[in-house]
Amino acid sequence: MSTQNRSLPIPMIRPRRVLLYAALILLAIAYLIPVYMVLITAFKNPATINLATVWQPPDPVDWQGFTTAAQEFLPNLRNSFSLVIPATIISALMGSMNGYVLSKWKFRGANVLFPLMLFGMFIPYQSILIPLFQFLNSINLYGGIPGLIVAHVVYGLPITTLIFRNYYAEVPTEMVEASAIDGAGFFGIYRHIMFPISLPGFVVVIIWQFTQIWNEFLFAVTLTSTANQPITVKLSELAGGEAVKWNMPMAGALLAAIPTLFVYIALGQYFIRGLLAGSVKG
Amino acid sequence: MSAQTTTTLNTLVERIRLRRDRLTAILMLSPSVILLAIFVYGFIGQTAWASLTDWQGLSANPVINFIGLENYNQLFTGLLDVRFRQDLVNTFFFTVFFLAGCLGMGILLAILLDQNIKGETIFRTIFLFPMALSFIVTGTIWRWLYNPGGGINRLPTLIGLPALEWGWLTDRTQIWQFNWQDLPAIFALVVAAVLAFVAYRHWRGGRRRPATISGGIAAVILIWVLAGGAASVQTVPFPEKHGFNIAFIGIILAAVWQMSGYTMAMYLAGLRGIPEELREAARVDGASELQTYLYVVFPLLKPITLSAMIVLGHISLKIFDLIFAMAGADNATTDVPGILMYLTSFRANQFAKGAAIAIVMLVMVAVVIVPYLWTTLRSEHEL
Repeated sequence: MSTQNRSLPIPMIRPRRVLLYAALILLAIAYLIPVYMVLITAFKNPATINLATVWQPPDPVDWQGFTTAAQEFLPNLRNSFSLVIPATIISALMGSMNGYVLSKWKFRGANVLFPLMLFGMFIPYQSILIPLFQFLNSINLYGGIPGLIVAHVVYGLPITTLIFRNYYAEVPTEMVEASAIDGAGFFGIYRHIMFPISLPGFVVVIIWQFTQIWNEFLFAVTLTSTANQPITVKLSELAGGEAVKWNMPMAGALLAAIPTLFVYIALGQYFIRGLLAGSVKG
Repeated sequence: MSAQTTTTLNTLVERIRLRRDRLTAILMLSPSVILLAIFVYGFIGQTAWASLTDWQGLSANPVINFIGLENYNQLFTGLLDVRFRQDLVNTFFFTVFFLAGCLGMGILLAILLDQNIKGETIFRTIFLFPMALSFIVTGTIWRWLYNPGGGINRLPTLIGLPALEWGWLTDRTQIWQFNWQDLPAIFALVVAAVLAFVAYRHWRGGRRRPATISGGIAAVILIWVLAGGAASVQTVPFPEKHGFNIAFIGIILAAVWQMSGYTMAMYLAGLRGIPEELREAARVDGASELQTYLYVVFPLLKPITLSAMIVLGHISLKIFDLIFAMAGADNATTDVPGILMYLTSFRANQFAKGAAIAIVMLVMVAVVIVPYLWTTLRSEHEL
């Protein structure tokens, strides 16, 4: 009887597994609580926001309020995109070239130069902010998006160079040598060997730069005038004001989060690779 | 004969081409090198220079005088700059708890996810998604969650419990207070304790000489402190209380919520890198699950812990946007050097003092990052 029971395909309920899943589910709920709060508050009618009922879902969902908020943030979203797209592309292209040189054309002094370049990604940007502000002012780029693009391209170079250098280091040197024997020069090797296999590297770098620049605040708040503020600056101003209608900042937070969240969910694996690359070793 | 000439000629052509390509390579790298030389090292140099002056204001041709280390002297001993010293204390406590929280949550989540979990990808996505958000987004959301009359304080009411009465970011309590004048003594005692521990380790390992040396230095420091040597070091003219501001608990929680996914991802990658045979061997030897973790898995994860500590540590030393968005720039209780630098330079136009704060931040970060970069890249060359 008991032997027969054991052979039945009834999954054993092991208390340890139950506890494990219970812990994971509880933790997942805890991590998602802020998301719930954003969603319900962003779609509430400002008049109905009440501290006693903060956790209750909106009744009814107020699309009107959300659209009004979205319109308020629209110019800043546009600013963010016109900052992020060129800055990401330029810093990725330059990083790719640097990574190619540093991994396949090693020269004397490269071992000293590379760490010196890398150091730039760790510094607190406060330590270069005053001269940067003056410099952009002196070349008439202060206050606008182009100045911010310059800053993000330059200070993005260390990480993009690092990721591409580690990525290209995996390409067998024999492949490069064989191509050199066939008569390919510096640019030929880049165009026919390195660049075509760089796609995953570019995805990692582009995601990383996109997220970083989109989310950045210190440069954005010090180097732009009101009309050119990216979304992060607008959001902090709205949320920091007195007597805020809280559906506004929550709608803004949602809008500011959507592009990077979308990238993260669609291309999660590449996002994690960029994340781990940030700890220097590829 | 002629065949040989052709080969030499060929190698010559080859060599010239290689040299030309090498030159091209350096030329292609040079724009980035020049840009970084100016924007990183040149600008740091300018900031350092500015920090040694009395530069104020936005006038076109300001009168700037060299005043040596006076700005630093003011920051560390001046009566008016007491806020900066509390900022350093804030940064210290924030860093300690933020690191502990991220490492603790990270390893917990990684171990839980390493048990052949169904739907692992979903859980991983949930724990990691805050990493994709801006600190400004996180700060805005948590500012609302910490509203004393609503938010988290009202969560217990959902299951019929009374609401919490916690002030969160508005709390003004300070605990673990100490007198800034005691700092030399505290610092000396910590150094002595570390040295004593080192001596103990050497002694246990049978290395007499290093044990005696570090033990001896520890004893000298201890005697110096007991004899009042540390107390006679001039710091600030009047007793000055500093401590851990309770308002930071909320900021630490939000920061851990945002960054613990990062440590989880690192630990998970580490756990996946440990060969299953190694754990199997431990089990065969009769080790329990806990023992396997304690004696096999955790020691192998040490390098990851170190990397994570350095990456998170340098983030917390320069933390700015999260606190700016959560508590506001003008909240003295939750102030940090990054915010004070911004206010001093761009609101009060005291560029020289702002520059000095920035250089202090840079030194703090460099102390953590430079040895790390040095050792990581060196071990890479040895491979």
